[in-house]
Amino acid sequence: MSIHALGDARVLTGRSLRHIVRSPDTIITTAVTPVALLLLFVYVLGGAIRTGEHGSYIDYMLPGILLITIASGIAYTAYRLFLDLQSGIFDRFQSMPVARSSVLWAHVLTSLAANLASVAIVIGVALLMGFRTGASLAAWLAVAGILILFTTALTWLAVIAGLSAKTVDGASAFSYPLILLPFISSAFVPTRSMPGPVAWFAEHQPVTSIVDSIRALFAQQPVHDDIWVALGWLVAILVLAYGFAIASYRRRLG
Amino acid sequence: MSAGAAVVTRGIEKSFKGVPVLRGVDLDVDAGSIFALLGSNGAGKTTLVRILSTLLKADAGTAEVNGADVASRSAEVRESISLTGQFAAVDDVLTGRENLVLVARLRHLPDPRGIADELLARFALTEAANRRAGTYSGGMRRRLDIAMSLIGDPPVVFLDEPTTGLDPQARAEVWATVEQLAGRGTTVLLTTQYLDEAEQLADRIAILHEGRILVSGTLAELKRLLPVATVEYVEKQPSLEEVFLALVSGTPDGGRSPGPIPSRKEPR
Ligand SMILES: Nc1ncnc2c1ncn2[C@@H]1O[C@H](COP(=O)(O)OP(=O)(O)O)[C@@H](O)[C@H]1O
Ligand SMILES: [Mg+2]
Repeated sequence: MSIHALGDARVLTGRSLRHIVRSPDTIITTAVTPVALLLLFVYVLGGAIRTGEHGSYIDYMLPGILLITIASGIAYTAYRLFLDLQSGIFDRFQSMPVARSSVLWAHVLTSLAANLASVAIVIGVALLMGFRTGASLAAWLAVAGILILFTTALTWLAVIAGLSAKTVDGASAFSYPLILLPFISSAFVPTRSMPGPVAWFAEHQPVTSIVDSIRALFAQQPVHDDIWVALGWLVAILVLAYGFAIASYRRRLG
Repeated sequence: MSAGAAVVTRGIEKSFKGVPVLRGVDLDVDAGSIFALLGSNGAGKTTLVRILSTLLKADAGTAEVNGADVASRSAEVRESISLTGQFAAVDDVLTGRENLVLVARLRHLPDPRGIADELLARFALTEAANRRAGTYSGGMRRRLDIAMSLIGDPPVVFLDEPTTGLDPQARAEVWATVEQLAGRGTTVLLTTQYLDEAEQLADRIAILHEGRILVSGTLAELKRLLPVATVEYVEKQPSLEEVFLALVSGTPDGGRSPGPIPSRKEPR
């Protein structure tokens, strides 16, 4: 991006951050479901779940909950982008001497800020509920890096949804399967407790490697190959989603 | 292109999913003039405006705005135009002032707040400056929308149905603004379905129908297209409405029975 594009992206990001600050309910709504899941699993179901690991159940499940938080949060990114397209403000920006990529980047950066705020709320609640970690600063930074990469990859998926949606509901519907994916992973129960084909799927879908990596970082344990599998998935999703998002963006101009 | 032309199109074509909307549009808009593109709903006015403002690519043909080709030099085109779309494109969450400051920043102008204050005063929005645009009436939204488009004094302004849905007073305000703009030398290309709007504002009028420009000229030239009365009668100039309906009828979706253009006779 040129200096111009960076400046435009900064101005436009400031604009959509204002939207969030003026309707903070989107950040809170994003955090509500994950917090409810935390309560449900820790105080209702967790007692019956044997993870075979040390530490409390909330330590085990928090990484998956964080991914669910982000997967539901990006629906708002698609929603905000869709509204911009509907209201004509997107066309206004596109017909101005504004670096075109900056219009999308503003939504991506805003998505990062909003989702990290929701994640912070969920971690805060988890700490109140007894989540504990002795993770070093470096481990925390690694967790933050993974979550940022995860948010960015999913945000570009949200951009595709926002650009191609025909209705408001369509703009956010794509996130439902993403929210469910952690349930068929090692996020809540170990994969070895699942029947064969399900366990196979769970072990080979991206969420498991991401969850295992974050869990290991929080527990101050070695991350093994999980981290590379996780990074491989994240980078692949990011590159693909970005490519398709830019392609559908270009198609709009066709 | 001639030195005095702000917009020139030749053979612009555009289809959506195989359905042709524009089928070879030729247009010449003189710099500093008000040009009205007249057409019924669905004629393709918005499609043409979107092509001229680099939001849509034509399937065929060429278009130049302020001397730059919209396809190959779109960035230059965007430097010299502004678009006021069919529906007011304001940010409802931001206040009126914030909307104006935002556009001034994006146009990389010095003193965005000063520019905003000046426009708020000019468009009688100072009182409402710190209210969210979402709370504005239709007329206020349109005024804010047009004010946003004028930031940076672009030499060519596209107004897509600027008065559709406005009450008569708001409509008169928009008309006054358009006349002011032309007075400053800005080229205004506006689209409208209202014959009286074209008649009132435009230096030149083009009628877009079934994907082509049926006729283009000054109001007087268009009126001359209809034959006037015979000698026994006192002549009555046909109104633009009569010209429009006569030209549009006789074509499949003209809405009127085909037939010879009636000549106007009014006995005295
Ligand atoms: N993006 C699009 N996809 C499919 N059809 C379109 C699209 N945009 C416009 N059309 C169609 O093209 C025709 C002309 O539309 P438009 O340019 O909006 O007309 P006007 O502005 O004169 O009312 C209409 O039949 C409309 O349905
Ligand atoms: Mg239209």
